[in-house]
Amino acid sequence: MDRAHAQGIVIEGLSKRYGEGETAVEALKGVDMKVAPGEVVGLVGPSGSGKTTLLKCLGAVIEPTAGRMTLGAEEIYDNGWKIRDLRALRRDNIGFVFQAPYLIPFLDVTDNVALLPMLAGRPNGEARKAAIELLGALDVAHRARAMPSQLSGGEQQRVAIARALVNRPPVILADEPTAPLDSERALAVIRILNQMARQYETAVIVVTHDEKIIPTFKRIYHIRDGRTHEEAGEGRAF
Amino acid sequence: MISLAGRDILHSWAKFVFTGVGLGLLIGVTLTMAGVYRGMVDDAKALLDNSGADLWVVQKDTLGPYAESSSIYDDAYRGIRGMEGVARAANVTYLTMQVRRGETDVRAMVVGVVPGGYGEPGQPRYLVAGRHITRGHYEAVADLSAGFRLGEHVQVRRNLYTVVGLTRRMVSSSGDPMVFIPLKDAQEAQFLKDNDAIVQQRRRTAENPAFNRPGVPGLTDSVIASQSANPYVNAVLVQIEPGFSPEDVAGPIRRWKRLQVYTRSQMEGILVGKLIATSARQIGMFLVILAIVSAAIVAFIIYTLTMGKVREIAVLKLIGTRNRTIAFMILQQAVGLGVIGFVVGKVAATFWAPFFPKYVLLEPGDAARGFVAVVIICVLASVLAIQAALKVDPAEAIGG
Repeated sequence: MDRAHAQGIVIEGLSKRYGEGETAVEALKGVDMKVAPGEVVGLVGPSGSGKTTLLKCLGAVIEPTAGRMTLGAEEIYDNGWKIRDLRALRRDNIGFVFQAPYLIPFLDVTDNVALLPMLAGRPNGEARKAAIELLGALDVAHRARAMPSQLSGGEQQRVAIARALVNRPPVILADEPTAPLDSERALAVIRILNQMARQYETAVIVVTHDEKIIPTFKRIYHIRDGRTHEEAGEGRAF
Repeated sequence: MISLAGRDILHSWAKFVFTGVGLGLLIGVTLTMAGVYRGMVDDAKALLDNSGADLWVVQKDTLGPYAESSSIYDDAYRGIRGMEGVARAANVTYLTMQVRRGETDVRAMVVGVVPGGYGEPGQPRYLVAGRHITRGHYEAVADLSAGFRLGEHVQVRRNLYTVVGLTRRMVSSSGDPMVFIPLKDAQEAQFLKDNDAIVQQRRRTAENPAFNRPGVPGLTDSVIASQSANPYVNAVLVQIEPGFSPEDVAGPIRRWKRLQVYTRSQMEGILVGKLIATSARQIGMFLVILAIVSAAIVAFIIYTLTMGKVREIAVLKLIGTRNRTIAFMILQQAVGLGVIGFVVGKVAATFWAPFFPKYVLLEPGDAARGFVAVVIICVLASVLAIQAALKVDPAEAIGG
């Protein structure tokens, strides 16, 4: 196993409070979570339960109030950021898949995927080669020169997954990635995420409300009022 | 690294091109305003060049003959011509007025010159058709821009003049075309009174006891005769002999003739620094306002374009794009818009400049300065959009 992917995701006692004094809101209250490399877990909960706050903390875009977080081989938070360059941390260690694909509309499919390695300083040719390889693995290589607006919803989501994976991050955070898709395409996306997680030893957290895909997870974290509890999923084949 | 700005411009090229065309027309107006000023300066220099003079001798303590009225005796030139270093000297009058061409009238500067040929001070330096004025009366040489043709008649006051020659780019500092007529006719045109006024003046003179004294026969007739004659011109134009500097010749004329003498550089200073100074300030104000309006438009457009991409910017920031990469993207787009605008503006100004009634001189130097100004304005105008983009929270890309 790649050293960078050694621990997947480990969260211990993670808290997040918004505001101060009487108006303070405790969005996360000591969340514990562990996702092994190559594993895909579901994170489910009602609106306002703290899912998005947890995702933002994991994505290093908001700072938790307390706790510890380890992504891959790196402890990134221990009651304070341990990493100075959070931008580089996100670029190199975290892949994001959103509810909508949010592809850059003025870049073609290849460059949407190749942009991340280019930002990391890899030569354009090398970055494009890696992107096309990944697009091939996700079965969208034939759309490599298309613009995002020319793709179907499923194709766009696969390109978004390719973008999330292209820098081989130890962690992928997927925020309701199947919400706009029908059952068939939603299951296809989850299948791809599982396949890629295994292939690249990536720990994947999928935030979802989607009843169609919840039975596919082997482990599910339920979150309510800022607290999580773990439960075994059905792990149904797709 | 790929050019994000370039890709965005290529992707939505129609939006950029149409916006650039709109901005370009504004830049075209700005360049044209600068061209109007340059045209005025060039007109002033053309006026001096075309006079063929090295020195202008005018009434003492005046800025004549172009910036102020000047009146000196028409025999002053004789004494000047005899002075050391003077090659040629000739009287000249200038009068800006409406001259008639058939049923219409044209604003023109009527120049009274001593009949002669090429090289005489005051004479047009070159003709594009016909000949110079050779007769003492009723001949004219007109600038092409006045619309006259050879053989046509131009009416100045009561008299008709036949156009015997045509010239080009002979204009006043205001851009009015010049019409050259014989000096004597021009003197008459400048001071000629109508018949009623002449009758009244004679009656007043005859009734004045000082001019109609008993025992002094012929006094009234003498006074009336002196009132009817016009011995004045506006200036004497002087050409100096080789080997003499203008100041060497001007000094003795000032001292011994008690007249004002201006050299070429002094006269240029009067025309540019005083005669068209107010117009220049007016145009300067226009240029400042147009620059501010252009900056506001670029800022608004770039800000609107940037705000339309907030989600993309949030995603870019989330996936690790540096702030400077995003700022550079916006900056490049603003400058790209400015470059499109400048090209459109330059082409538009070049196209419409010849249709302006006054001379518009578009100088390459002004275009270069304009380009630099456009780039600077675009850079400044992009600051607001860059600030807004840098404030975009990458968290906006995640969830609600």
